[in-house]
Amino acid sequence: MVDVKDYASPARPTWCTGCGNFGIWNAVKKALAETGLAPHEVMIISGIGCGSKFPDYTTANGLMTLHGRTLAVATGARLANHGLKVICTHGDGDGYGEGGNHFVSAVRRNIGIVDIVQNNRVYGLTKGQYSPTSPQGFVTKTSPQGAIEQMFHPLATALSVGGTFISRGWSGDIDHLTWLVKEALSHRGYALVDVLQPCVTFNRMYSYDWLRPRVYKLQEEPGYDTSDKVAASVKAQEWGDRIPIGILYRTKSQPAYEELVPALAAGPLVKQPLRNRPLSAYEVLKQEYL
Amino acid sequence: MTVNDLTLKIAGEAGQGVESTGRGFTKALVRGGLFVFGLQDYHSRIRGGHNFYQIRVADHDLHSHNERVHLLLPMNKVAVDEHLREIVPQGGVVYDPALEPEGPLQGELDESALVARSVQAFPIPLLQIATEEGGSKVMANTAAIGAAAGLTGYDMEPISAVIRENFGKKGQEVVTANLKVATAAYNFAAEKYAAAFPFKLQRRDTAPRMLITGNEALALGAFMAGCQFVAGYPMTPGSPILEWFAAHSKEYGIVIKHAEDEIAAINMVIGAGHMGVRAMTPTSGGGFSLMVEALGLAGMVEVPIVVINVQRPGPATGHATRHEQGDLLFTLYAAQGEFLRVVLAPGTIEQCFEAGYRAFNLAERYQCPAIILSDAFLAHSPRALEQNALNLDVPIDRGALLSEEQLDRLTGRFKRFAVTETGVSPRAIPGHPQAVCAPSSDEHDEYGQICEDAAARIQQHGKRMQKLETARAEMKAPLRYGPPEADLTFLTWGSTIGPLQSAVEMLNQQGQSANIVQIMDIWPLPVGKVTTALQGAKKLISVEQNYGGQLATLVRAYTGIQVHGLINKYDGRPMSPEYILAHLKGVA
Repeated sequence: MVDVKDYASPARPTWCTGCGNFGIWNAVKKALAETGLAPHEVMIISGIGCGSKFPDYTTANGLMTLHGRTLAVATGARLANHGLKVICTHGDGDGYGEGGNHFVSAVRRNIGIVDIVQNNRVYGLTKGQYSPTSPQGFVTKTSPQGAIEQMFHPLATALSVGGTFISRGWSGDIDHLTWLVKEALSHRGYALVDVLQPCVTFNRMYSYDWLRPRVYKLQEEPGYDTSDKVAASVKAQEWGDRIPIGILYRTKSQPAYEELVPALAAGPLVKQPLRNRPLSAYEVLKQEYL
Repeated sequence: MTVNDLTLKIAGEAGQGVESTGRGFTKALVRGGLFVFGLQDYHSRIRGGHNFYQIRVADHDLHSHNERVHLLLPMNKVAVDEHLREIVPQGGVVYDPALEPEGPLQGELDESALVARSVQAFPIPLLQIATEEGGSKVMANTAAIGAAAGLTGYDMEPISAVIRENFGKKGQEVVTANLKVATAAYNFAAEKYAAAFPFKLQRRDTAPRMLITGNEALALGAFMAGCQFVAGYPMTPGSPILEWFAAHSKEYGIVIKHAEDEIAAINMVIGAGHMGVRAMTPTSGGGFSLMVEALGLAGMVEVPIVVINVQRPGPATGHATRHEQGDLLFTLYAAQGEFLRVVLAPGTIEQCFEAGYRAFNLAERYQCPAIILSDAFLAHSPRALEQNALNLDVPIDRGALLSEEQLDRLTGRFKRFAVTETGVSPRAIPGHPQAVCAPSSDEHDEYGQICEDAAARIQQHGKRMQKLETARAEMKAPLRYGPPEADLTFLTWGSTIGPLQSAVEMLNQQGQSANIVQIMDIWPLPVGKVTTALQGAKKLISVEQNYGGQLATLVRAYTGIQVHGLINKYDGRPMSPEYILAHLKGVA
């Protein structure tokens, strides 16, 4: 039995009091324990940002990398050892801004990663600049007249490039988020869990009080079918007075990337010997040049 | 008459079959027991431009091409204009007046230009032979190979063997047609011109040799070291390494990833390396520039990775298909902050193979990025090589990697970055309950936990930098060629060693005394060993394919030894022995 305390770390989070990251952190640890995954059976990879300090506050295999490169490092890690559950925790700037190309590529690949994006719609660690998911007109230190760009819709983007598990959570509802992460952990390929989280210091506009009345659970919507891509496409762009949370779209028909790599049919790469045949059997490689 | 000492050059536009013809003939020469050195030159385009494939042939191992062409096979008029001045007296031009029906090759070539240089014209109706004997004009290149063989008196058997192999997939009919074409052209050239052509080729009976390039030897060395993961983004001249691994991935259980960009490629390699897999990314200078930030990540979290930078002329796009050694100093210092990287710069095919496996051992011994600095000349030039020149039984040293049993005995939290005398902290493959840790690219403590204390910074930065000195002691002394004592000592690195060796052999044959110091283990520079190798030099000349003399700069910075002169080149074309000798006059 895995207990959520197994994930406890001696380090104390440096997040602000009331930060949405606490909710995400607790939900993920709970989901991992309830799934029965021990700290040495997972690999939590993050980038740089407030939320990316997640592995530092969690006892589990991890790696804190570079801003924006989280998914690239995680892709290599997953291909090297698909025996470990690979989870990414990084923010909206990391995932959708600096790492935008890696995001699109990871979705297209359907690589077996649970990607938890801590989406507070602002740059927190650098003290308040607008992010890809900030709305148009959002006033920050780098957008004093309001952001000119249109807001990035991660779920719609993921859907358009072939995403197989597209979901949104909300840090203010830990039970729902725990359930969502568990569903993501059971997914066969790339699972996007975009989590709305307030930044209590640098994004006063999208606070708990703003978000709480707006979010609604898709699984409570009568007749909502998570295998209906057209319906998901509508929900992925619904934003404003009502914001859907839960699983927008899920399909199990697409194999994960690692299932289609011939070398991985023999098991996790790291478990395979550096040379798997007698030395003399390699001489044939020289014969290619005769 | 000379036997087995000539250079043949095939030249024309991209798309005319210069490369495939050159490769086919080169293969037939190696099959016939001859030594060859091939030089390829092509433009960054799919059609048009001017390309050539130059094959030097001898009875002894060859270090480089040279500038004396004996037989030119032009596929258009431009090829004659470009290369006529390279042809030696009594040398010849095999051409088909009809190959360029609209252009100046129609009818007779203007032979007066050839006669003025004592070069012989050998017009042969290659197209006509191809059409009449083979039924298709696409076989004109086969006719050219047959003609070259007939002219030089070479044996048809190895030529036929290569034709059978190259066209076998297209069916017996195509093979037979090509064989007929080659034989007809052979007979035509032999009967009409062979008596006038004094440069001959004779088959030798030897054990089969390989025809292999630097890129291929590098890939083979890395593979034999147990490289199981290769990620990359195509960039000339590094892509063939990625393609080599892709071609062998299914058979040998390698994971290859054509990534979305070079930044992704190196970060994937770091992810794989962190998981315990031997992982590598090949690229060229532009791609390497994109990888720089991640290089620092590997340095900070102490993940072993291998990066190959097959250099080409920069900056920016530079000369995409051409040669330069301009990235040395950049490679040594790329990325913010101070950290250990190992840099190996092979100069020969054998050294490419060696660098391929040593890089993995050094990366794992010192838990750092190991960079192989190759170059386009080395990457593209095929050379005949004895099979036993590459010993596949390469040593594998995984450094301080904790075994399952050692991990079972560990108690308490795993100190991933424990302070040690060497600076190297024992590493564990993630997945063991005792190996749990989460290294951070932020400065961290011995556990890998983010830490901003000054004391922890001093401890961990000092630990990492200690590895630089530990590694320095292991780096090999420079390689030396020629007599131990000489009036003239050349300093060089990378593929420039090839032409330089040929040049030094010529100098010593002429009664001068010269030797060479080649530095392959570039970084950490083995300062003591380099000083020993250079301090007795009476006159020291650096020979480098760049503008600034980057190796000379490095050597001066760390040993205080200053070269007396620099022979350099930065036109994108590799140096020849003749170039080195001609420019020696200006510096020595």
